[in-house]
Amino acid sequence: MVVTTSIESPAAATNTTPLARRRRRLGADKLWALAFVTPYVAVFVAFVIYPIGYGLWLGSDPASYRALFSDPVYPRTVVNTLLYLLFGVNLKLLLALLLSGFFMRKGWWTKVLLLIFMLPWAIPALPSYLSINWMLNGQWGLINNIIWHVAQVDGPPWLDSHGLALGSVIYGHIWKWLPFWTLIFLAGRMAISLELYEAADVDGASLVQKFTHVTLPLMAGMYLVCTMLSTIWALGDFNAVRFISGGGPALSTHVLATLGIRNAFELGDPGLGMATVLTALPLLIPLVILLMRQLRRSEVTI
Amino acid sequence: MTVQRRMSGQRRGRAINTIGVWVLSAVLLLWTLLPIYNIIRVSMQDKEEVLSTSVFPVAPSPDAFSVVIHQAYWLLETFWNQMGNSFYIGITVAFLTLAIGTLTSFTISRMRIRNGWMLTNAALLTYVIPMSFLAIPFYGIMGKYGLTNNPIAVIAVQVTFATPYAIFIFQQYSASIPFELDEAARIDGASPPQIFFRIYLPLMAPALVAIGTYALLLSWNEYLYAFLLLSGGKVVTVPVALGKFLVGDEAPWNYLMAAAIIYAIPPLLIYYGVRRKMHGGLTMGGVKG
Repeated sequence: MVVTTSIESPAAATNTTPLARRRRRLGADKLWALAFVTPYVAVFVAFVIYPIGYGLWLGSDPASYRALFSDPVYPRTVVNTLLYLLFGVNLKLLLALLLSGFFMRKGWWTKVLLLIFMLPWAIPALPSYLSINWMLNGQWGLINNIIWHVAQVDGPPWLDSHGLALGSVIYGHIWKWLPFWTLIFLAGRMAISLELYEAADVDGASLVQKFTHVTLPLMAGMYLVCTMLSTIWALGDFNAVRFISGGGPALSTHVLATLGIRNAFELGDPGLGMATVLTALPLLIPLVILLMRQLRRSEVTI
Repeated sequence: MTVQRRMSGQRRGRAINTIGVWVLSAVLLLWTLLPIYNIIRVSMQDKEEVLSTSVFPVAPSPDAFSVVIHQAYWLLETFWNQMGNSFYIGITVAFLTLAIGTLTSFTISRMRIRNGWMLTNAALLTYVIPMSFLAIPFYGIMGKYGLTNNPIAVIAVQVTFATPYAIFIFQQYSASIPFELDEAARIDGASPPQIFFRIYLPLMAPALVAIGTYALLLSWNEYLYAFLLLSGGKVVTVPVALGKFLVGDEAPWNYLMAAAIIYAIPPLLIYYGVRRKMHGGLTMGGVKG
């Protein structure tokens, strides 16, 4: 090679043997690589490893757990969290899977509808949850106003009873996140080869048969990953409970994420708050391990 | 005869199909738009009418918006300052996420370092930890660093939780950039930073747009950490201020909703502006497994 570019520094030209140059280059490369990953490693150590360690240390006092387990709010919170995950995640993903099929339809109307349908995801969470809170107000909320105008009866006080309030929170969660997961499943469906459906058509398969024999087997793995990921995210969801029910009435709709924050900051006991959150570990750790293995292997990116 | 019957059967099937589409469309529209209509409805009511049984605003007026815009209510005194804070934090988070994410993914996928899998795993781990679970220790740590009531603390945590996703997407996207380009540049004597700036970054532009938007929206949406770490004064962001409305006994819902609408406009514009690129990024790789 006679041609050298102007990028090359004059110092490099003094190297005589190609081997020496190569060796030096490799050493320099290593230094560059080190410099390039330093920011991320620093962020990871300072803001992930350190908080995890500090959190485990904060939550390591057995007295905190004794206090937590004797708190009458706690068992209810655990049940709420499980109900929230069970219904919030599964209803949402099932609906998303079915709706993604609907949005596969061709035509301008489907496109327009999808644009509108994505709104809850594009709007920041807080305004929506605040709106849902006021919409479900027992006295002056939109829902009960509509019920009053249509049927001339008073609607139920949605946020003043435990069951309805928890249902309202789950509704808010599904409303906010359904578009996102529909989009993910839509992408999954689009990745399925059309030839498979054409072959099924030739064999005279019905719509339901095509769903159960083509779509479902091909999307099962993805659906599972989405369920795990969504469960983890819902477990950490703070805003829906905080702004729709506020944990009320009478602390009956808290989930672990909100109760942890309440114990740590409103009651001023970080140890108790951390203990509250850490009781989710028996559920969280297996999910994290399974999910990490799955994500690494299948390259599903969400 | 039979042909005719089949024809009419087909026509009936198509009619049922069409009706089904319209019914489903109506349900979806109602489901999606009800809470959104409620925000707009309340924002256009006056204070007395908020506490009434109306379904449609009786005398819609933009008064609440004018109160928000002119900061004429005590909870909204510093509204534009708060919007500025949200923008400042959001843009800084987007920039840092792009910088750290591209550098890391470049090193893992283009420089092929030996222990790159450890970085990938670190990113994966961060990605699957619920963000709110680290709020309590994070608050303590920021106190130790002396960063409470400082936007840097919020920026740090949002960058931490935005970079893992950025690294995944960048790694996947860069797989489509031919490796021969790097090799040709190396033969010409280009150093890693030159390859990074002159080859890698320009070719990654679409992914940069997607991830930059993602980070900006993540930051714009974030409430918990901003609430805990920015306690008051001039550093508060809009979500924190909106949250404060609920504490008072008689929250002025019309002002709250008007402020919420103004706050929701920038992300809506950004989202619908770069929607295609974002979806491309979000669903890149789709389902391979």
